[in-house]
Amino acid sequence: MASVVLSEAEKLYIVHGVQEDLRVDGRGCEDYRCAEVETDVVSNTSGSARVKLVETDILVGIKAEMGTPKLEKPDEGYLEFFVDCSSNSPELEGRGGEELGTDIANTLYRVFSCENSVDLKSLCINPKEHCWVLYVDVLLLECGGNIFDAISIAVKAALFNTRIPKVRVLEDDEGTKEIELSDDPYDCIRLSVDEVPCIVTLSKIGYRHVVDATLQEEACSLASLLISVTSKGAITSMKKVGKGSLDPESIFEMMETGQRVGKSLHIALQKILDEEESLGTSRPKVGFLG
Amino acid sequence: RYNGEIGDIVVGRITEVQQKRWKVETNSRLDSVLLLSSINLPGGELRRKSVEDELAMRDYLQEGDLISAEVQSVFSDGAVSLHTRSLKYGKLAQGVLVQVSPSLVKRQKTHFHDLPCGASVILGNNGFIWIYPTPEQKDDEAGGYTANLEPVPLSDREVISRLRNCIMALVTHKMMLFDSSILYCYEASLPHQIKDILKPEVTEEIVLEARQRLLDSEG
Repeated sequence: MASVVLSEAEKLYIVHGVQEDLRVDGRGCEDYRCAEVETDVVSNTSGSARVKLVETDILVGIKAEMGTPKLEKPDEGYLEFFVDCSSNSPELEGRGGEELGTDIANTLYRVFSCENSVDLKSLCINPKEHCWVLYVDVLLLECGGNIFDAISIAVKAALFNTRIPKVRVLEDDEGTKEIELSDDPYDCIRLSVDEVPCIVTLSKIGYRHVVDATLQEEACSLASLLISVTSKGAITSMKKVGKGSLDPESIFEMMETGQRVGKSLHIALQKILDEEESLGTSRPKVGFLG
Repeated sequence: RYNGEIGDIVVGRITEVQQKRWKVETNSRLDSVLLLSSINLPGGELRRKSVEDELAMRDYLQEGDLISAEVQSVFSDGAVSLHTRSLKYGKLAQGVLVQVSPSLVKRQKTHFHDLPCGASVILGNNGFIWIYPTPEQKDDEAGGYTANLEPVPLSDREVISRLRNCIMALVTHKMMLFDSSILYCYEASLPHQIKDILKPEVTEEIVLEARQRLLDSEG
């Protein structure tokens, strides 16, 4: 991950600040930065979203395509994640970006591996033969610290925005099945994102942990905990990153903080998404040129 | 990108330690150079640097350290040569670095400011701005190398965080940075909480007020 070099005195200043609950930009340990969320930014996708957390910029596009269901789950559709980090910095081009990309993709698979996150049964068209596959493409435009949180927010927003066309299965006289796509472009099914989890990254700095670390704060933290929390506060997966060690007691504290912060994050995100939805087609689209 | 001129004050970060010199990152096209012969030794002694000094270079300045320096000369390829041959320059201790575009830093007589709100700021011409707690007494014997590693009190931290957010607010609205503009912006932001300064509505309000005061003071 792109990281920033800091002098020892700067790191000390940051660590002492976290102990006193006053970070460099005036936030407390549990405050998020100002986030901008915009959906439906890419026109030729089934759903898209862009999330900007001051310096971190993520673009997610979802394409719904027809495919065959997996053998072990014949009556469900599935999600595929692809992450691209090459536009971030020269060191992440080619091989370097691939490692980070697969790391993020694997984390997303783990987060969404919980049965109830996305209603996969609604993605089924014909059991064992046809189903919807949602290809989720994540583009890391700028890395300014805390990319996992931003990516999960963008994926949730994009899933909320996804419109999958309705299909009808017609059976011919000979028994062959034909799939008919509905002609009306507005006739589509939407996914319920109530159970979609969001990742909350808690970085351990000194004796305390912070939410939404900037690049400088990440340079001072030796270990972090990635927790995926649903809107009801249920934890679906947990992952520890970093070369430092975590005390079991601090892990419990971090989990509690993660649940608290995750719930309020979901409420705020749902509010923004509902507001955007209510504006309908008349809302001014900022997109990339605004 | 920053183009160096002789006499400019810059704040830079050490990227490499080489034979008899350090490479300093100053947001320019090429890394700047700080020669071993251009620095002040700890203790303020004046002598020719010997071989032992060469081997002990890393004890003075390491990779990642921040320094304030003055541009001594500019090489033909545009690379800048720095010097810290005065007691006001040297290694920087605890504080916050803000990186902005070099064109937003106004050229003034002095770039070291002790703001009345309780913190000091160094406005580097290269766009690196260093905010730090005002040192209580001027430590002349140290020569700028002993770093004060005691925790900074909470009141100073609040001032520094507020100044940092105000500078970010001024930068988003492309206003020139100099001691008066930063001070007016700071005073305009006092009614708000520190973390709220970066919200778009609050930023606009504060910058508008600061701009108005600047116009009033000029006219």
